[in-house]
Amino acid sequence: VEDGNFLTDDFLRQLIDVGEADILVGLPTHNNAKSIGAIVHTIRDGILRSFPRERAVIINADGGSHDGTRELITELSISDLHPGSSVYALRTLHAISTKYANTPQSGVALRTILAAAELLRAKACIVISPESEGIGPEWISSLIRPVYYEGFDLVSPTYRRHKFDGLLTTNLLYPMVRALYGTRIREAYMSEFGFSGRLGSHFLGQNQWNDGVGETGAELRLTLAAVTGRFRICQTFLGKKDPVERRAANLVPALRQSVGVLFSALESDFEAWSTTSGSQDVPTTGIAPELLLNPLRVNRKRLREMFVNGVSELESVFQSILSSSTLADLNRIAALSEEKFRYPAELWVRTVYEFAAAHRKSVINRDHIIQALAPLFRGRVFTFVVENRSGSANDVANNIEGLCLEFERLKPYLLEMWKSKE
Amino acid sequence: MREMIVSELSQAVHDLARGFAHYLPRLIVMLVIAFAGWLIAYVIKIILRSILRLFKFDRLAENAGASQLLSKAALPSATEMVSRFVFWLTWLGFLLLGVSVLGILGLQEQTARFFLFLPRLFAAVLILFFGLLAAGFSARAALLAAVNANVPSPRLLSLAVRSIIMVFVLSVVFEELGLAEQTMLVAFGIAFGALMLGLAIAFGIGGRDLARRFLEEKFVRVKKEQDEDELSPL
Repeated sequence: VEDGNFLTDDFLRQLIDVGEADILVGLPTHNNAKSIGAIVHTIRDGILRSFPRERAVIINADGGSHDGTRELITELSISDLHPGSSVYALRTLHAISTKYANTPQSGVALRTILAAAELLRAKACIVISPESEGIGPEWISSLIRPVYYEGFDLVSPTYRRHKFDGLLTTNLLYPMVRALYGTRIREAYMSEFGFSGRLGSHFLGQNQWNDGVGETGAELRLTLAAVTGRFRICQTFLGKKDPVERRAANLVPALRQSVGVLFSALESDFEAWSTTSGSQDVPTTGIAPELLLNPLRVNRKRLREMFVNGVSELESVFQSILSSSTLADLNRIAALSEEKFRYPAELWVRTVYEFAAAHRKSVINRDHIIQALAPLFRGRVFTFVVENRSGSANDVANNIEGLCLEFERLKPYLLEMWKSKE
Repeated sequence: MREMIVSELSQAVHDLARGFAHYLPRLIVMLVIAFAGWLIAYVIKIILRSILRLFKFDRLAENAGASQLLSKAALPSATEMVSRFVFWLTWLGFLLLGVSVLGILGLQEQTARFFLFLPRLFAAVLILFFGLLAAGFSARAALLAAVNANVPSPRLLSLAVRSIIMVFVLSVVFEELGLAEQTMLVAFGIAFGALMLGLAIAFGIGGRDLARRFLEEKFVRVKKEQDEDELSPL
């Protein structure tokens, strides 16, 4: 750890007490007392079941909880010095906690976990989201095994999700990462993942912690660092993912921490993505993820209204970001009736690429560029929902595949804009 | 008599020649200063224009909304405007310096006042520019936030934010320039008060239906929306 000043003395003392570890489980939290107890129990069960002989530690990086989250975690340590415990364990299972700040910052939390992993010389590490209420003990094994036994450096999750769940991932993140970086990672923005000590140290050593990565989206940066650093990546099926963020108002923060981070990463990774063509599959363990097709009521009218309203109200903003032809096409489709309204894949890809180029050139404030994408994304969601309303899992997969190919086909368009001075 | 006239004439010619001899070198110095001033102002203009282009000042001005104002008034770009402004200011300074060499009493005082006014002018221009930037940024932030929150009339909200900031900035600029401070203070008070009253009337009376709809959407529709599944983006 080159710059260990961000770790508190108390935390360093706890790490020294632990010594070395084979497996590290990172748990970033902030006021998660309601769910964290069950999650830590599951983690503990997973470790005791699948890795009873390994030295394991749970590291909690807390962003200033006031509800006793930290105490709930540390209480669940297992000590081999107290045989009276109801849990049978061969080894001590440490559960230590540190408060890295008074407000949650996912990047700082991850950095703390990475630093702890490096100091403890952990061979395999996983990070579990404190909101993963559907977590089972087998998740722990699924994430650790590929790193611990098969030599993979990054284990990205796949889930069983509803066909309309995670639409920012399926309509932008996955296709764009696939087209630009040439790697077909379904969940580049990961909430649960595993990584090797080698990848952790590599990412920790990158000089990017002071330029915004500390705040948000570090998980996506880790994925991209693994891809550009040519580390061994695999995907593993975990199970059903419950959507935790159901409110539409969360779209802008979601865009910031995923699309904003991806757009920023494109600058530093230009050498890597500009020379990549096509895309390759990533080895996947476990069963193939399936889509849930149960009917879901979606307020399509509101989605379209917000798109139309956005196109009309933000025209002055779009004039700085989009080309005149793309803006004209958006105005054209905004004038269509609900029955005829479609935001075609080709236009969506052009829009996203022009936003990425505008972000690079900082034509206006970068956060404003990201915010301006929200109403357009709603238009795309409307089209995706309409196109796949009665579609089978296969139809939805084909639809997403078609969008991915469109992203790959138009990659030269992004390169052209990227290289042009104005 | 004749001798007296000749003597007076020769005295007048002599005085004229002496006055001419007295002012001619000063006039030449003034012309030299004016020419040198023009040359220096021109060089400064060229250098400043290059620096502003290098730092993409036009884009900054566009973000601030200054470019749109200039374009509406059929004026050149912001870079060109600033370069020309500095050129004329520099040359005017040299011209006044040259005039002061002539030793005309009233003009010397005016020249001194002009040079004392320069720092305030620069400060006022800077305040105006950064004020325009802040107004443009805040207005766009308000517009985006309002659109994404589905608030009715986002442009009106954005315009209100821009207007409030601009009224404040202009009052500070005029105060800095020392132009009609009392008038500006009163005008600012009236304009700000009128704006607030206007907004209150617009939202309270004029926008009664809009307000009702907004509140209905905000509170009545909540239940309806809770019944409908929203989509998780990530």
